[in-house]
Amino acid sequence: MNDGFALSTDSLVKSYELDGQKFNAVNSISLAVSAGEFVGLVGPSGSGKTTLLAMLSALLTPTAGKVIIDGTSLSDMSDKQRVEFRRKRVGFTFQANNLIPYLTAAENVELMLRLNGELNAAGRTRSRDLLARLGLADRLHNLPSQMSGGQQQRVAIARALIHNPAVVLADEPTANLDTERAHQVVETFAELIHEHKRAGVIVTHDLRMITYTDRVIQMRDGDIARIYTSRDEITELAASGPG
Amino acid sequence: MQILLTPLYLAQMEVLRNKVRFFLISLLIALITLLVLFIAALAEGLGGGNREYLSKLEADLLVYKADSDLLIAASRLPRSVMTQVRRVNGVRAVGPIAVSNAAIDNPLETPDADPLRVALLGVEAGLPGAPPIITGSAFSTNRAPEAVVERRVIQRLGIKVGDRISIRTDQGSGDETFEVLVVGLSDGEQYGLQPVVFLPLLTWDRIRSKTGPNSPLNLNLIAVQLENPNDLAAMKALIPTQVKDVEMAGIREAYEALPGYKEQQSTLDTQRFFTLIIGVLVIGGFFQIQALQKVPQVGMLKAIGAANWMVAVAAIAQIILVTVIGVLLGGAATLLLASTLPPGIPIVFTGQAVVAAIVSLLFIGPIGGTISIRYAARIEPLKALGMSS
Repeated sequence: MNDGFALSTDSLVKSYELDGQKFNAVNSISLAVSAGEFVGLVGPSGSGKTTLLAMLSALLTPTAGKVIIDGTSLSDMSDKQRVEFRRKRVGFTFQANNLIPYLTAAENVELMLRLNGELNAAGRTRSRDLLARLGLADRLHNLPSQMSGGQQQRVAIARALIHNPAVVLADEPTANLDTERAHQVVETFAELIHEHKRAGVIVTHDLRMITYTDRVIQMRDGDIARIYTSRDEITELAASGPG
Repeated sequence: MQILLTPLYLAQMEVLRNKVRFFLISLLIALITLLVLFIAALAEGLGGGNREYLSKLEADLLVYKADSDLLIAASRLPRSVMTQVRRVNGVRAVGPIAVSNAAIDNPLETPDADPLRVALLGVEAGLPGAPPIITGSAFSTNRAPEAVVERRVIQRLGIKVGDRISIRTDQGSGDETFEVLVVGLSDGEQYGLQPVVFLPLLTWDRIRSKTGPNSPLNLNLIAVQLENPNDLAAMKALIPTQVKDVEMAGIREAYEALPGYKEQQSTLDTQRFFTLIIGVLVIGGFFQIQALQKVPQVGMLKAIGAANWMVAVAAIAQIILVTVIGVLLGGAATLLLASTLPPGIPIVFTGQAVVAAIVSLLFIGPIGGTISIRYAARIEPLKALGMSS
């Protein structure tokens, strides 16, 4: 299903056993994200959003169902193929520990190209341009310890996009940032998702951040509780507070 | 190619950007290297000092008195045994070896110039047991007041061939001094960690320490050269059947039977082994702590697509780099320190011992780091990044 989408899932299930009882952390979720679309994944703790994101990024194997990225089903892949797929077709930013502490901003971004064997002069220029676009032109040679949390997150965004992945996934990227920096980061993220025509998914607790998304999927107890598609609905949800 | 080089790039950048941390661990490895090399050199020096004369003997077998348990001091053989041994079929030549101790008055006119304690060896020129002469000549006769000395005597006393030395021994009624002419110089020929003065056998008998006036001339050992050295085992069994009251030993067997030799070597080998084990633990501990500190970082690397082999290769490369730098530093420090040591200290660096020590040291890094490499390769990105349910 969902052919033509950059990212789609088909009846995705992740089950665990707890105290001898089986429960579904993610319960038969089907969704689709187009290239150039930025989707917010919200919900209370334990609602299954991070588990869903882990399956979308090929870090976690579903119990049932399929994840299809750029027309390729992750279910048929070996572990080795998944690692390679993640390296080539997925961009990732995390809540913390995003960057290699002993590499500069530019080197951290270029690392993604190195891992793919694609670092050349053009790649270096592209990574510097992308960092400049993120307002980090004067931070290219700074180590993560010499940058603020917001600047580090922006470097992580550049690294997530530099290798032209099909999907870009962000797990609570603003959790450690103050409000102003959080807005800057997510706004820039959204702009780049749209500019680069990537499918973007952001998991966030902070409902204010979904202002910048095109669609919001609200999860509860492993299910999709509601999908917000209109700008008014999203704005209203975002106004409901930090979450 | 770039993908293959990425782990090396990561390993190199981490070392370059954390120079002090990695230098400190290299310094620890350097100290371990220094210790291992010095213990190896000490083992070689002490072992060599004990066995040097025996191991350089141009002989295949040594004859001891029966039931002497291969203790040279306990072995007393009348000179007539030499003739009996020489008559055995398959023996090419025999030579006497008689052992005693003496002091040589130090000719250096300084107040603290102590007499030099030496081993006094009685031998016959041209026969097994006599040292090869590298400068000067052998004794002119078997009772000439002449001596051949080894290079350490020359170094310590500042004498040369043609000089006279005064040998002092206990003659039962008190110390007496005998003057002999140094006619020849031999290469390193220590015996029992003492420098050696070789004397013609009858001169030795006149000079040697005695408990009384009627102390007969006895040999301690008889060195035997065989017609065919391949017959060693057979001849070792044959000689005691034709010569009464003797027991035989090969050269290696003889020096391994020197009092304390085996114990000394095994003590030093144990020290060396434990130093290497400490090295393995130090490196293992350092890299394990580092691996624990890097769990989120490794998890992130794996999440963005770094394969397990990349993480493992980066860790191995770092361990090898740090170990090699440490061993090089330690080797250089050892050379520097060894060059400043006075000649009396029994430290001997031989190529074989140094290479063996360095090879074992180069292995301690990867062995020590194995657990941390395995640990890093097993890090689960989801857990490391706090994304697991």
